Amino acid sequence: METALAFVIGIIAAASIYLMLSGNLIRFIFGLVLATNGVNLLIFVSGRLSQMSPPLIPEDAAVPAEPVANALPQALILTAIVIGFALLSFVFILFYRTYQSLGTVNTESMRMAEPRASLPEAWDGRSQNPDGHPSPEDAS
Amino acid sequence: MSSIVAFPVILPFGVAAATLWLRNAPHWQARIGILGSLLHLAAAAALFRRVTQSGIQTMQVGDWAAPFGITLAADHLSVVMIMVTAVLGLAVAVYSRAEIGPELFRAGYCPLLHILLGGVCGAFLTGDLFNLYVWFEVMLMASFGLLVLGQEKRQLDGGVKYVMINLFATLLFISGVGLLYGMTGTLNLADLHLAVQELENEALLAAVAAIFMTAFGIKAGVFPLFFWLPVSYHTPPAAVSAILAGLLTKVGVYALIRLFSLVFIFDVALTHGLLLGAAIATMVTGVLGAAAFNEFRRILSFHIISQVGYMVLGLALFTPLALAGAVFYLLHHMIVKANLFLISGLSARISGSYELGRLGGLYRSHRFLSLLFFIPAFSLAGFPPLSGFWAKLILVRAGLEIGAYVAAAAAVIVGLLTAYSMSKIWSEAFWKPSPGSAGSGEDRRTAPSPDIWMLLPVAGLAALTLIIGLMPGPFLEVAERAAHELTHPQMYVNAVLEGR
Repeated sequence: METALAFVIGIIAAASIYLMLSGNLIRFIFGLVLATNGVNLLIFVSGRLSQMSPPLIPEDAAVPAEPVANALPQALILTAIVIGFALLSFVFILFYRTYQSLGTVNTESMRMAEPRASLPEAWDGRSQNPDGHPSPEDAS
Repeated sequence: MSSIVAFPVILPFGVAAATLWLRNAPHWQARIGILGSLLHLAAAAALFRRVTQSGIQTMQVGDWAAPFGITLAADHLSVVMIMVTAVLGLAVAVYSRAEIGPELFRAGYCPLLHILLGGVCGAFLTGDLFNLYVWFEVMLMASFGLLVLGQEKRQLDGGVKYVMINLFATLLFISGVGLLYGMTGTLNLADLHLAVQELENEALLAAVAAIFMTAFGIKAGVFPLFFWLPVSYHTPPAAVSAILAGLLTKVGVYALIRLFSLVFIFDVALTHGLLLGAAIATMVTGVLGAAAFNEFRRILSFHIISQVGYMVLGLALFTPLALAGAVFYLLHHMIVKANLFLISGLSARISGSYELGRLGGLYRSHRFLSLLFFIPAFSLAGFPPLSGFWAKLILVRAGLEIGAYVAAAAAVIVGLLTAYSMSKIWSEAFWKPSPGSAGSGEDRRTAPSPDIWMLLPVAGLAALTLIIGLMPGPFLEVAERAAHELTHPQMYVNAVLEGR
């Protein structure tokens, strides 16, 4: 079972990295969702898969009567899911706001922070724009 | 067990809550922010005093005995970092009062800043690997918010790239946590130190170490993982640039130092050899990148990368002297770098641009500001007797002592190239006549005088740089004690797992 899941995690990781590297914000988000789930699965598997009883201790005992399943990986995953969810919603809003503002979801054409005019090879002491920041038309 | 350990973490969150409540009162937010930063500094100083007097302090959160609960542990490295964080927090809180407009305060600038400070302090104090991940997330969330606050186009652009690569680094980090837990069954750093020694499969351990190295390498901006940094750090307001530049990459460096001195020391030749190569490449590429640019903050951003190389170099050499050098370098660098970004904001406020081609004449019009730039800039380049000189001297000497001649030579040459970059800023922005009024002598009267609230923190940080430079003794002693603890992980383990 662990081996099969390891392959599944590998496929998820490969697919998510492919999506993240495609240079498109929408695809990046899908890659991110996929990668988060892959990592959660990884934590789950690395905590060992077992079919033991739940980690409950009888009221009159200090230790469980029989071997119990490890609850910690699930607690870790739960935390990771919550954090991942918050991050995901932030990323959605950020990317949507970026799309509204820059008018593109293609990362290659986003050059506001690094305008071509101020790249070293093009720099000759007199940039075309006063600030070196191109107007939106330049970026397209 | 001492609850004093938790104060530097809890306090900023209290301030964040208070300022969030005062969302619509920007002036009160700024005041409470400054007051909160003062209290934070006091809490950090109290913890610093306690640790220097009676050694490593620990706290078991919720009274769950280590290694089962979350441990907070403050050793010398932690308290040095927390002290500097609190100082930078105060400087930026004061600076923001003048630089950040009321609309950004309304948008939540103050809460985000203090959540960032709290997250950073949490990362410095935690003794639990998963908890470190959580603090990294807290810190990242706040930094994402700060970076795009104001929503200018270039901020959004830089922010998107920053968010993408940092989320990926976080995923790598958490995968590493999962794998390490699967191998050892524990997440407590002190317990991991013991558990890792019993592992037989060193190849698997090396793979996990490489995952952590990559994750923290991205956060720290180590070659070849630094490309996100110069894309984003020059886009937000100068106060935000300064706090991000001063703190964030250094948390990555701290995490590298912590894990690669406490947990991953099974094959020092392999892991620290890799770090050594990365450190030299980082130093060289960072400084060469800086030489190619002509925008104030982009030059400074590339210098962050090059300086991170020095700190990682100290870790990679892994001798007590080199680690002391790394700690001293962190201390010196965080103050100097944040200050340079603050100064860039001041000069942009005066001249209206960050482009060196459009700056000029600041020496004629603002002598005091020029002096304030001179101190951190040439401290960064390593001029004696400023703080950077001692930091570089220790690292070069540590390199020579163990025969790492390439590393020592790289450290010296990169220092010279840094001096070139700083001279470029000096001659362009401060020395040459202002491009607008070519030497007409009118600059002095027409130039706006900088706001006192912006000048004050810059002067304070410059004074601190001078003090470290002129009296390096006490600072060096603390750095050496931190290095002693780092090279004797047993001390940390005993402090955390006492009475088990």
